[in-house]
Amino acid sequence: MAEEHRTPLAAPIEIPDEVDEAALPDRRPAERMRDLLPAIEPERRLDDWGRSERIEGLMDRTLVEFFYRYWFRAEVEGIENVPSESGGLLVSNHAGALPPDAAMIAKAIREEHPNPRPVYLTVEHFFKGYPGFSMLIPKVGGVPAHPANVHRLLYDERQLVLVFPEGRKGTEKLYRDRYRLRRFGRGGFVEAAMRAEAALVPTCVIGAEEAMPVFTQVDILRRLTGLLYFPITPTFPWLGPFGMLAYLPAKFRIRFLEPIDTAELGGAEAAEDKALVQTLAQEIRARIQENLYEMLSARKSAWLG
Amino acid sequence: MSVTPRQAGEERREGEAPRDERTRRVLVTGLSTYWGSRLALALESFERIEAIIGVDSNAPNIELERTEFVKVTNQHSLLERIVRAAEIDTVIDTRLVVNSLMASPRDAHENNVIGTMNILAACTGADSPVRKFIFKSSTHYYGSEQDDPAFFTEHMRRPHPPRTGLERDIVDAEESVSEFAERHPHLAVTVLRCANVLGPDVDTAFTRMFRLPMVPMVLGFDPRLQFVHEDDVVHALEHAAFHDTRGIYNVAADGVLSLSEIAGLLGKWPLPVLPPWGTGLATGSLRRLGFRIPDEVLNQLRFGRGVDNRLLKATGFHYGYTTRETALKLGEHLRLAPVMRGAEQTYTYEREVEEFLRWSPHVRRERPSEREGAAADREPLGI
Repeated sequence: MAEEHRTPLAAPIEIPDEVDEAALPDRRPAERMRDLLPAIEPERRLDDWGRSERIEGLMDRTLVEFFYRYWFRAEVEGIENVPSESGGLLVSNHAGALPPDAAMIAKAIREEHPNPRPVYLTVEHFFKGYPGFSMLIPKVGGVPAHPANVHRLLYDERQLVLVFPEGRKGTEKLYRDRYRLRRFGRGGFVEAAMRAEAALVPTCVIGAEEAMPVFTQVDILRRLTGLLYFPITPTFPWLGPFGMLAYLPAKFRIRFLEPIDTAELGGAEAAEDKALVQTLAQEIRARIQENLYEMLSARKSAWLG
Repeated sequence: MSVTPRQAGEERREGEAPRDERTRRVLVTGLSTYWGSRLALALESFERIEAIIGVDSNAPNIELERTEFVKVTNQHSLLERIVRAAEIDTVIDTRLVVNSLMASPRDAHENNVIGTMNILAACTGADSPVRKFIFKSSTHYYGSEQDDPAFFTEHMRRPHPPRTGLERDIVDAEESVSEFAERHPHLAVTVLRCANVLGPDVDTAFTRMFRLPMVPMVLGFDPRLQFVHEDDVVHALEHAAFHDTRGIYNVAADGVLSLSEIAGLLGKWPLPVLPPWGTGLATGSLRRLGFRIPDEVLNQLRFGRGVDNRLLKATGFHYGYTTRETALKLGEHLRLAPVMRGAEQTYTYEREVEEFLRWSPHVRRERPSEREGAAADREPLGI
């Protein structure tokens, strides 16, 4: 598995410093390293992650705007829980074959937040190897889910990052298991946030499960097509690839819960404490689940809200 | 460009590398390579460098004033004699082959793995005068794979085993350098991992690609790439020579650009000629048309590569160009190239002439400082 080859975040530097340590440069004084980040060149159309404001803006004004405002009629609660300056890791539940939840959360922050900031979305490495997707996904803010990428975004660049800890287990989920959170991986996202001393913002989304219900997964077709999964939805594969974008008009509600201050919990040093990391991951999962149930019980109709 | 020379007595900022005033007698390996000759030329303008000795198996391709060329293959006994006889204090190893089109796989292996070991062996010994070793390496060390981080930092190891012979050789060479550094803690060992270089003079796989009328791409991929200007590489080597920068550093300009963005800056159209599947076969037919893409670059055309360049900047180094400016400069040069063709002079090394110029009592020699317009001891650029 790729996981085993992955470089740990803080491996020791190879060459030892032996002679007069005092005279040698301090390896990474945090504040100074932040100052040394490349300056933004205003002439450029992409940022260093490959994000294109132009393409993103175009999508935002057309497709995303339509879905957010008219199709899903999204409503947002607790936007004040999203940090407006420092780094923040949004942790959300995930559903649907080609889930619209990420785009809706990013749009919610752009529309409702006093400081509309871009949100970077962590995506599977799979997409980087898939022609077409590999061009499009970075342009709209997708970043491969590597711990080093999350760390740089949160710690050095102080950006907002959105993760779905359920990962593929969430998108593979069938309609009958809707709103039941899957396992939260190994808590890597908590570790990343603690190392970066960034706030963790649990986020709940309802509506995505009804917008594209997955009835079943066909394993043999998945293998034949080389896709991550091959779902059967009301529109896919019947309408071809466009079926992936044909969402049902469910009502969306997004709730940002109270952030968890990881610096208070001990920050980077505490990230080594596996027990603490696991407990925190469990707690976040429980809080999201609890709020999802609460939001669902208050909902009168999946379509009208 | 934001190169501001620092004043002599100015306090160094937090984290910056202290100056190293003891670099006086330098051995440059690979003198006939582009980097060896560029570096020797640059070092000649520092008066405090007393001796510059260049070794290689071929004669240098540019005219050098006081660098002494010794024709020697990578035999460590001969190298060691030169090092001892000339009391070399600093060895700068620029000889690594980082483009598989430049040498046959066998020669590249011989040079990169065996050659590195021999040069390291020549720097050791109980009373060796060498106290500093600078190794020019390449970011090919990290490779280019689907699940790579977006920015490699110096402490990251290669996530996957090397795919091509050249990458394996680079990893092996670096391994012997880091082992050498561990075993000889009194030596200041610096490794500079340079990103893909662009510039008007240097010949790399990417400069060849960008000279084509259109920029070839893999269909459906727009990789993030980071480059460094040829001058900045020379300045980084100078910087390492004049500062105590032990450790590993990435040398790459600010900014990671997508290949289509670079094509735009060069004023060329991107052309997705390479199919996403069976890319190897397609490069085979391209080769028949006379254009070769080296294996180590092929994956980069798909997944790209970015590195974190802040550690070198923290030692007080300043880049002259960003990646964007590097691409723009190359674009300017490429537009001018058809006009300038044939204007450049070629140089051939003639041993007798060079020796006459250096050693004959009848030749009038000036110190660099006596020359008009030359600064007595200029600051290393990029500081």
